Amino acid sequence: MLLAGLVAQLSVQALRPPAATAAEDLPPAPRAQALRAASLGEPAALSRLAMLYLQAYDLGAGNALPYQRLDYERLVQWLRAIVDTDPRSEYPLFAAARVYAEIADPAKCREMLAFIHQAFLEDPNRRWPWLAHAALLAKHRLQDLPLARRYAADIERLATQPDVPLWARQMEVFILEDMNELEAAKIMLGGLLATGRLTDPQERRFLQGRLEELERRLASKP
Amino acid sequence: MIGAGQAKIRRFPNRRKMPPALLLARSTLTEARRGGLPWLALGCLALAFGLAAFLSQVAVTESRALQAALAAAVLRAGAAFLLAAHVAASVVREANDKVLELALALPLSRSQYYLGKLAGFGACGACLAAASCAPLLLWAAPGGVALWGISLAFELLLVAAASLFFAITLAGVVPALAATAGFYLLARSMAGIQLLARGPLVEESIAQSIARGAVDAVALLLPRLDAATRADWLLYGSPGPAEFGAALGPLLLYSGLLAAAGLFDFHRRNL
Repeated sequence: MLLAGLVAQLSVQALRPPAATAAEDLPPAPRAQALRAASLGEPAALSRLAMLYLQAYDLGAGNALPYQRLDYERLVQWLRAIVDTDPRSEYPLFAAARVYAEIADPAKCREMLAFIHQAFLEDPNRRWPWLAHAALLAKHRLQDLPLARRYAADIERLATQPDVPLWARQMEVFILEDMNELEAAKIMLGGLLATGRLTDPQERRFLQGRLEELERRLASKP
Repeated sequence: MIGAGQAKIRRFPNRRKMPPALLLARSTLTEARRGGLPWLALGCLALAFGLAAFLSQVAVTESRALQAALAAAVLRAGAAFLLAAHVAASVVREANDKVLELALALPLSRSQYYLGKLAGFGACGACLAAASCAPLLLWAAPGGVALWGISLAFELLLVAAASLFFAITLAGVVPALAATAGFYLLARSMAGIQLLARGPLVEESIAQSIARGAVDAVALLLPRLDAATRADWLLYGSPGPAEFGAALGPLLLYSGLLAAAGLFDFHRRNL
């Protein structure tokens, strides 16, 4: 009886298809206050868990167009709530700048860049690297030089702490220089590595992968 | 022929002079050590470690912070639950087995018995807090981990005081555990509930004002557990002395309050 029950349980579970999340399934974002209340005094842990949950909608298996299909309005609301739950976590802004903003859809990209800019204005000295990346995307992906210059000027004006590197404070010049996206990205990542901001091994691996992808894409261009 | 216990007392004559409350605390600690608590704590450590290791593989950044924050959250909740369950089960078992009557028949006052038990359970909590710190040293600075551990020890003292109070008052494992869990969860989420009650989307009305007043009144009765044992200390640096003192002071105060309430109830009971 026990053995039969165990076999039946194992069979039912083995035959069940794995749960898959579709990009369209992203539910409405909770309010930051609700997330904080649900965190039971552990906002740092919950904000990171919420990021992993959000990731499951775009990095899930069977999702052929990972970020394109996401509802970006909802996505921004989720990211907003997560940033407000733990404002010192860099995860949501990293994902916004390095994952969600790097898509081919200009409207969605602009929506994400606007979110990054808004978040930067709340804490410029901590969040300037994400706006610096947003400026690069505005220039090279959107071909919107005025927007890139506006972001660069904001970094120069508002990121005033001494640990902000010189290249970031002179971002506007950097934007105006005639260099391709790969060169600019390499300079920026090299600068971030030199300041010791990139210490997480997962983040290094992820960014290295992105650089290689960029190299491949530019090499394949005529 | 003398027993092993007597032989020990002969070898260590100071044990004869140990105050009864301390002897009781020591026996409470020994009971916890010989029971399943160390194994359950080990299981909790393994769970926290495994969960943190698994989820860090999915993270694209802040993998160390993720591991530290998640492990800290699991260890904190796990230690509180284990201690509350151990206290409730131990106290109710002693009452059912008539060990309590036997203890009170000895030259031992009710206050000595109650405070001795609380000291013993508090020591169990300190041991659990020390064990919980060990895996966190892999991902966070030792200073932050030490302060987190001290705060957890004080938080577990409060949990022990609450569980002891409810176990003696309600005289059942399930009611005591449910009351302790409700108290603990409410104390940890009260600041968040207050934020919700004051959120920007809340409409001003009489009913809303009454609800907000009720939430504030309940908050006055509870300790601020959300301000203690914060994972932030592991991720973003140790707190200053003022912040640390402000987090620990209310825990001690509330533990004292619960002990006083428990003693009051214990003295008035007809045993």
